Amino acid sequence: MSAFLTYLLNGLAVGCAIALIASGLVVIHRVTGVVNFAQGTFAVVAGLCVSSLLGLGLPHGVSELAAVAVAALAGLLAGVAAVGRRGTTPLSSLIVTLGVGVLAYAVEIVLWGDQPRSAPGLAGSLSLAGARIQTQHLLVIAVTAATFALLALFFGRTYLGKALTACASNPYAARVVGIDVRRMGLLAFALGGLLGGLAGVLVTPLRPISFDTDVTLIVNGFAAAVFGALTRPVVTLVGALLLGVAETMAAGYGYGSHQLEVALGLMIVVMIVQASRRSALSQEVT
Amino acid sequence: MIDVQDLVVSYGTATALEHVTLTVAAGEMVALLGPNGAGKSTLANTLAGLITPAAGTVAIGGRLALIPEGRQLFPDLTVADNLALGGWRSGRRDPSPVYDLLPRLAELAGRRAGVLSGGEQQMVAFGRAMMSDPDALVVDELSLGLAPNVTAGLAAHLTELNRERGLTVLLIEQNARLAFDLCHRAYVLESGRLVTEGACADLADDPRVAGAYLGGAIT
Repeated sequence: MSAFLTYLLNGLAVGCAIALIASGLVVIHRVTGVVNFAQGTFAVVAGLCVSSLLGLGLPHGVSELAAVAVAALAGLLAGVAAVGRRGTTPLSSLIVTLGVGVLAYAVEIVLWGDQPRSAPGLAGSLSLAGARIQTQHLLVIAVTAATFALLALFFGRTYLGKALTACASNPYAARVVGIDVRRMGLLAFALGGLLGGLAGVLVTPLRPISFDTDVTLIVNGFAAAVFGALTRPVVTLVGALLLGVAETMAAGYGYGSHQLEVALGLMIVVMIVQASRRSALSQEVT
Repeated sequence: MIDVQDLVVSYGTATALEHVTLTVAAGEMVALLGPNGAGKSTLANTLAGLITPAAGTVAIGGRLALIPEGRQLFPDLTVADNLALGGWRSGRRDPSPVYDLLPRLAELAGRRAGVLSGGEQQMVAFGRAMMSDPDALVVDELSLGLAPNVTAGLAAHLTELNRERGLTVLLIEQNARLAFDLCHRAYVLESGRLVTEGACADLADDPRVAGAYLGGAIT
């Protein structure tokens, strides 16, 4: 029973990290209509940055914040490439984000080499009803909860957040009232970079990060985001938590090397279900 | 207030507007008539700065707001939020002046725009445009899909703003009867070209205009 609870708690933490990646995908897709395949890259950049900055002797807190800021900048640059030119279709932008992700590999290998890097996080663990959970896992859960609460406040209560929602809701109308939809798209990419960066700095102490870790991160994040139809943050969070728990259970009960396959399998099932739901909906409309 | 000279707008190889020249003086209320596909909405979007012309000039002597065809609200946001976003350019966030003008909107403030009736949505679109505190208003198809009494109510507000506050209005309509009721002067656009213009009273007597837009002679 305590093993089950341990897997559950650890799974929730893994799910939270996935949720942060997925929320970046959702924010960018909601505002621009673009599926950003460079989303995992932002986490990798932040993870590699934080390992370097801590290695240089910068204190915790400063290193993590700086790494997240670099990821946000990376998000902005990816946005300039993907949606910076007026009239780029979401499909073209998607291809550009794939290209950005591959280009990022080269930049990361030049800067950091191809070996995995790690970074120290919060040490120690806590005992909870007989289950052990690492303090870093608790930090991941707390930061994710705070981030989702802040995102809800930002999009639901602030003028800028509503303008971003307006761009997603009706881009033409947003232009009619004078909102610069392209600039809002860039802002969404920067925000996506920030969210990816948060995931990166939180995950790096738990598992080593290398230039190609983005594949695992994006597959998981994409599975959760698809669960939320790429537009619904709360459903995405639920999907991410389910995925994190399923993967951790699979690993804990003896399929440790098949975590990615679990994520891919679930993603395909969810995509098939979502696709059939959508076609059923469109048939109702017509 | 609105001065369009020799305007040409193209979509790729297709020309949507060909050498259109049109003026609306400050405080004037002018109609633009034309069938579907004539280029009316293209002209509206060009005036609003959403389309870059291929040739010609567009000069606006003040702030211009557009009520686009089909209302074009933000359906997921509340009426209050839709109005607040209308003040994006002007920096005005408080919708109370619009509530004074259109009190019904104050009652609908907390409702999602997407669930309102067509008439209520058009009122929100009207209010959202007024949030930018415009000197000129381009109204693209005020009456489209609305019951006559709903249209009449909105038209009364438009006339009031024109007469009492000197708001310049370009009314783009397929409903020529409504346009002739509200405006003194009108242009007729067909296939991207202005085919005629003049006082509404004269146009109503023009057999071509009466035949095409009024379903025969005016009774």
